[in-house]
Amino acid sequence: MIEYLSSREFLILFAKMIAIFGGVMGALAYTTLLERRVMAFVQMRPGPNRVGPFGLLQPIADGLKFLFKEQIVPTNANVFLYYAAPIISLIPALLSFSVIPFGPDLKIADVSVSLLLIFAITSLGVYGIVLGGWASNSKYPMMGAMRSSAQMLSYELSLTLSVVGVLMISNTLSLSSLVQNQQGTWWGFIPRWNIFLQPVGFLVYLLSGIAETNRLPFDLAESEQELVAGWHTEYSGMKFAMFFLAEYANMVTVSALATIMFLGGWNGPSLPGPWWLQMALPTIWFLLKIAAFLFFYIMVRASIPRIRYDQLMYFGWKVLLPIALANILVTSFLVAVL
Amino acid sequence: MIPLNWYLILGAALFLLGMLGFFVKRNIIALLLSVEIMLNAVNLTFVAFSSQNGQINGQIFVFFVLVVAAAEAAVGLALVIAMFRNRETLNVDRSNLLKW
Amino acid sequence: MIEVLFLLFAAIALGAAINVLAQKHVLYSSLSLIVLLTAISGLFILMQAEFLAVINVIVYAGAIMVLFVFVIMLLNLPADEDGEDRLRWLKLIGIPMGLFLSFMVIRTVWDVRATPLTPELAGTPQAIGASLFTDYVLPFELTSLLILIALMGAVVFAKKDL
Repeated sequence: MIEYLSSREFLILFAKMIAIFGGVMGALAYTTLLERRVMAFVQMRPGPNRVGPFGLLQPIADGLKFLFKEQIVPTNANVFLYYAAPIISLIPALLSFSVIPFGPDLKIADVSVSLLLIFAITSLGVYGIVLGGWASNSKYPMMGAMRSSAQMLSYELSLTLSVVGVLMISNTLSLSSLVQNQQGTWWGFIPRWNIFLQPVGFLVYLLSGIAETNRLPFDLAESEQELVAGWHTEYSGMKFAMFFLAEYANMVTVSALATIMFLGGWNGPSLPGPWWLQMALPTIWFLLKIAAFLFFYIMVRASIPRIRYDQLMYFGWKVLLPIALANILVTSFLVAVL
Repeated sequence: MIPLNWYLILGAALFLLGMLGFFVKRNIIALLLSVEIMLNAVNLTFVAFSSQNGQINGQIFVFFVLVVAAAEAAVGLALVIAMFRNRETLNVDRSNLLKW
Repeated sequence: MIEVLFLLFAAIALGAAINVLAQKHVLYSSLSLIVLLTAISGLFILMQAEFLAVINVIVYAGAIMVLFVFVIMLLNLPADEDGEDRLRWLKLIGIPMGLFLSFMVIRTVWDVRATPLTPELAGTPQAIGASLFTDYVLPFELTSLLILIALMGAVVFAKKDL
């Protein structure tokens, strides 16, 4: 085992892990800044722009603030689960990045069932919310946790069913193969993306993804107007930061999956330039597409009101699920005929 | 390559632990959890044999075991809820109205 | 390397199973069962059954155990109280018989030797799907009927007024 750990391929793998993990954590920190600035501009105010030029050091200041806050544990709270819940929430959120291909050979693990692996890992993230709400021993977190876990379970169904159409077209579950099947163009200028073949699947996936990550308009679990902060009311300091990071990591995972499955992943027109630009260009296209999705998320949050809980459950079970099933039916018919 | 008997010993040990829990525990939900341990041990044994013989039938059967476990867990928990509403306790020793 | 992984997953699985039995509050037992399920999924991956490993996590650890945890939280169950020790004189016979049973079971599987075949089995979705939808299509349809029956039964049982 020692000779494997010091071999060249492991060192390259380790460097990739550091690059991807470091990049993801930096991106998560700056996504918070992006969200606050974009929402502020929508609401006609500047947002945080004091700390550093254009507020670029704000996430660092936030991180330091979280580190130095006092650790409060509510009385009669279940101490083990209270401390374990943010960890249980953060680990699956970050683990999904191990199978996402950021470039033709910039991925940590290449598994043949990587899409299902990401769904499995995100379905374990429900436990962080449920246990966090239960361990706080207070009514707002409990209600928030119950609402949120019921919502996440219901929308997981339409999430997984909406991608079956893409799987039927591509015949593979591996994310890197899904991206490679979308190379090239039709008639020279329309890229071979799956969104042109599966528009209904894309819409259902996007809506289920927003519901799955507990973002507006589906964020009843942490609605600031009804429950104080939902399941993370009693959390402060670094534990709250971990819940926060987990939510943004889930957002980035959903955006990355939407990009890979429907928008062609790291495929993009190749530009002329020096060799290092050519090597980094697929990753740049991928990050630009993910950034577009994150911008969409933030704009949706800034503009659409929250929907009620019974409307949310109605929408998930009676609207999205039949649409996803009908999509599977029509796609399978067309794949068999054409 | 891991020899087959290591997987079988682990599966047998897990099955025996599940059986022990099923005989000893008094909480109904703990009984259901012990049944789930036994089903998992059986799944492990099926997949071990399937990978040993090179046939896929073992893994197909694990699918069906998984489906039956899901159905049984759902109905069992519904029964637990109905029982708890009537009796306010989950101790199986208290549900002895049919005993002589 | 693979033996180290096997021993790690086996130790986690056995520890989690013992923890399921040893905990007083049934919520901790459910959480230990989730750890057991992920360890068993790890063992599945070691045996090249990666599709089944992922399905195990999605269905078992992600859906069935959430059901368990929900019910435990909704019923707000206290930790088990120490009831009357009904096992006092059963333990006298039970422990030796239990040890004897364990010894016999483990001795049966202790030296099962099999010639390891060339590993041409891959637990890919293609292989499982090809077999599931051609040879086993009747049990597949029947299990869907079974799930429907279980769904209806669970809803009827858990209603407040029948």
